[in-house]
Amino acid sequence: MTGAAMPDLGASLPPPAPRRLINILGPLLGLAFVIFVGGLAEYFKEGSLNYWSPQNQGLILTQTVTVAIGAIGMTLVIIAGGIDLSAGSLIALAAVVAAWVVRHYAPAGAASLTGSEAIYLPLAAMAAGVLIGMLAGATNGTLITGLGLAPFIITLGMMTFARGSAKWIAAEQKIDAPMTWISDFTRSNLALFHVDLRWGPMAWTGPVAVSSAVLMTIFLAAVAAVVLGRTRFGRHVFAIGSSEATARLCGVRVEHTKRILYALAGGMFGLAGVTDFGRLGVGDPTTAVGKELDVIAAVVIGGGSLAGGSGSVFGSLIGALLMAHLRNLCVHLGLPNFVQEQVVGAVIIVAVAVDRLRQRRRQT
Amino acid sequence: MTRLRMTGISKSFGSTRALDGVDLDVLRGEIHALVGENGAGKSTLMKILSGAERPDAGEMALEGRPYAPRGPLEARAAGVAMIYQELSLAPDLTVEENVLLGVEPTAFGFVRRGPMRRRTEEALALLRHPDIRPGARAGDLSVGARQLVEVARALAARASVVVMDEPTSSLGQAEAEVLLGVIRRLRDSGVSVIYISHVLEEVRAVADRFTVLRDGRAVGTGQVAATATREIIRLMVGRELDDVYRRTPHPVGPEVLDLADLAGRRLPRGASLSLRRGEILGVAGLIGSGRTEMVRAVFGLDPVVRGRVRVAQVTTTGWTPAAMLACGVGLVSEDRKNEGLAANLTVADNLTLSRLGPYVRGGLLSRRRMRQAAGLWTQRLGIRTQGPEQLVADLSGGNQQKVALARLLHQEAEVLLLDEPTRGIDVGSKADIYALLGQLAAHGKAILWISSYLPELLGVCDTLAVMHRGHLGPKRPVGAWTPEAIMHAATGGDAADDAAAPEGGGAPAAGPSGRRMEGRE
Repeated sequence: MTGAAMPDLGASLPPPAPRRLINILGPLLGLAFVIFVGGLAEYFKEGSLNYWSPQNQGLILTQTVTVAIGAIGMTLVIIAGGIDLSAGSLIALAAVVAAWVVRHYAPAGAASLTGSEAIYLPLAAMAAGVLIGMLAGATNGTLITGLGLAPFIITLGMMTFARGSAKWIAAEQKIDAPMTWISDFTRSNLALFHVDLRWGPMAWTGPVAVSSAVLMTIFLAAVAAVVLGRTRFGRHVFAIGSSEATARLCGVRVEHTKRILYALAGGMFGLAGVTDFGRLGVGDPTTAVGKELDVIAAVVIGGGSLAGGSGSVFGSLIGALLMAHLRNLCVHLGLPNFVQEQVVGAVIIVAVAVDRLRQRRRQT
Repeated sequence: MTRLRMTGISKSFGSTRALDGVDLDVLRGEIHALVGENGAGKSTLMKILSGAERPDAGEMALEGRPYAPRGPLEARAAGVAMIYQELSLAPDLTVEENVLLGVEPTAFGFVRRGPMRRRTEEALALLRHPDIRPGARAGDLSVGARQLVEVARALAARASVVVMDEPTSSLGQAEAEVLLGVIRRLRDSGVSVIYISHVLEEVRAVADRFTVLRDGRAVGTGQVAATATREIIRLMVGRELDDVYRRTPHPVGPEVLDLADLAGRRLPRGASLSLRRGEILGVAGLIGSGRTEMVRAVFGLDPVVRGRVRVAQVTTTGWTPAAMLACGVGLVSEDRKNEGLAANLTVADNLTLSRLGPYVRGGLLSRRRMRQAAGLWTQRLGIRTQGPEQLVADLSGGNQQKVALARLLHQEAEVLLLDEPTRGIDVGSKADIYALLGQLAAHGKAILWISSYLPELLGVCDTLAVMHRGHLGPKRPVGAWTPEAIMHAATGGDAADDAAAPEGGGAPAAGPSGRRMEGRE
């Protein structure tokens, strides 16, 4: 069993099953379906093609950023078999903290910043937002592993506590802060290309822009995907979610890994909060109420299982995008808000049901 | 006097032919053993009988009338009851609520407690186990007692055909004896029992007739008393299995594992042993005697309250599993499904999980190298897979267990702690594992092997010790033990071992010694 010559089996092995690709194929097809049918519906109902316009597509991407960044963090937690309900409150807390930092250190009464301050102060605000999120996340992780309590309960507590803290820091008001590059960063400031298309009633002209935050989100997702798929830490996360007892048996430092996991997720929620602050221009302690459910839904639509052990970062991004598309589409179709909510709710259930059917078929 | 007749039953799943024209006759008041390796089609046949699956072809008749259940409820109404390998009691309901679950006697929608209790007591009395209280919470019972409640449930449903799938697989010897007694009493009251088991000694002890399935066909049926065990094994595996217990000669080296008076929070209460390289040490004992807890404490999964663990002269008491892995100790869990393996991860993931280091290149894992290593180990151990990316959940039990063993070998463990590694797997895989253990010992690995199946311990081990109520008895060469001596020691016949045990001996089925390790179920 020990020093025997190792035959090279690599050549004779079947090609690797592109399992991860298949996993995000479902959500991707769903998204394509929504975009295709939605555009046709707008054309036949309203006689316009605004939903399909490149400008609108760029806008949707920009609007998805906050939920998408949160979904990256939530994907980590859900793959490990956990859940984090404090996401929405941490977004608000981080937004408030970032706004507070800008306002507190900016010259009194200034409408905007100048000089090197204009660069470093927003950076410090961003770091503060991410750090407060990480701190809260690390607290979640420490309490969950230390007390051995369900993540649902601990993060439910953190959800309320963080919301209260945000209101305390903001003195129950919105924090107005001078405009900074964080705002530009989260608004459509990157003109990707120019379109000039006219066809019948349709006129797509002008620059197509997305926010820099969209690029940052894609970059972060790529990093997270590599970490999950290609590092020991990532395999440990999957192992914990698949079977915590097995992971422990195999020498995985389960508690340690979980603490890191929740801290990372908290940091992502903090970053999402900073983008929320940028988009709104104020630190609002009542922002993102219930956002954690959007974030969880994005992960679940993207193939994540609340039982743990499965999920993909890009799937979650597509899930977030799918929900943003549905909301945007409803606006273009002139459908009232309640229809939006009904549609998004139905899609969440359909996504999970389809996933379950697929798994059942595999097992027989 | 045929009660159940199944003729020409066929069933395919996709391109796999699970059953191919199987005939099965079960008489009134007989225990009919259904034997065969895993994957032979036993479970599929019983799913068809219980209405969970429909046959593609073939007919069934119950008491001479055509029987074609469209679902488990119809089967149950017709008098066919299944008792599954995994216990299916609701742990938070009481015994009586479980026994009559789904068929509760009601008046105006309200459950009538009186008749409920009476019918439960009747069933338990018929099983001669009135010691089980109908009001007790099912989760508080021992595994053995829970099995009896399952049987009571079948009785209360007035079943005429009871199917039992490996009912003793999670029981110790004493509890198994109790259950076998109950099964005989069921038969004597006219019930037909279909008994599925891998343990041929048990089949011999309890069954009247047997039918062997192999590759979806019924390859033989007959009277148990008139057929040699050898012959049954030959029918099951389709070949002569000459030496199931083949010994590879292996010299014994220096001591690598040394326990001194090891005690955990509840169990064990005092375990001392010394294990050498190249030695296979068997640990026998009843379920709940503390064997599992002992290896868990050694491996750092459970806290150590007293005593000392030494691995290769280094004191490792209280180390974490990660540290124990690093110093060459590996554990195969008795709970294959929940702890032993991560079922919804791939073979490659499971195999390499405890030692990912070699696959890291510049901080990133090489999936290709992981697959290569997994392919190598599946080949070495003869693990049947479709490839390293197959999910462990899709493998047979025997192949899953080989993956768990392969992981230990992959992590280069020198001390193997094996907790019931052959439970619930087919004869062929068992023989493979026995042979593998012999080879490993010959390569200088030290093996501590817990098993409740005495023939394999006596057939494969070099030395053997018996655990009783948390105390590990002295290790002796395997030749110095007889099955009777082991049972004697396991049930506390050895007075010296019993000195520290606070409770007296009780009914094995419900007594404290029958209690299963916590955290299971």
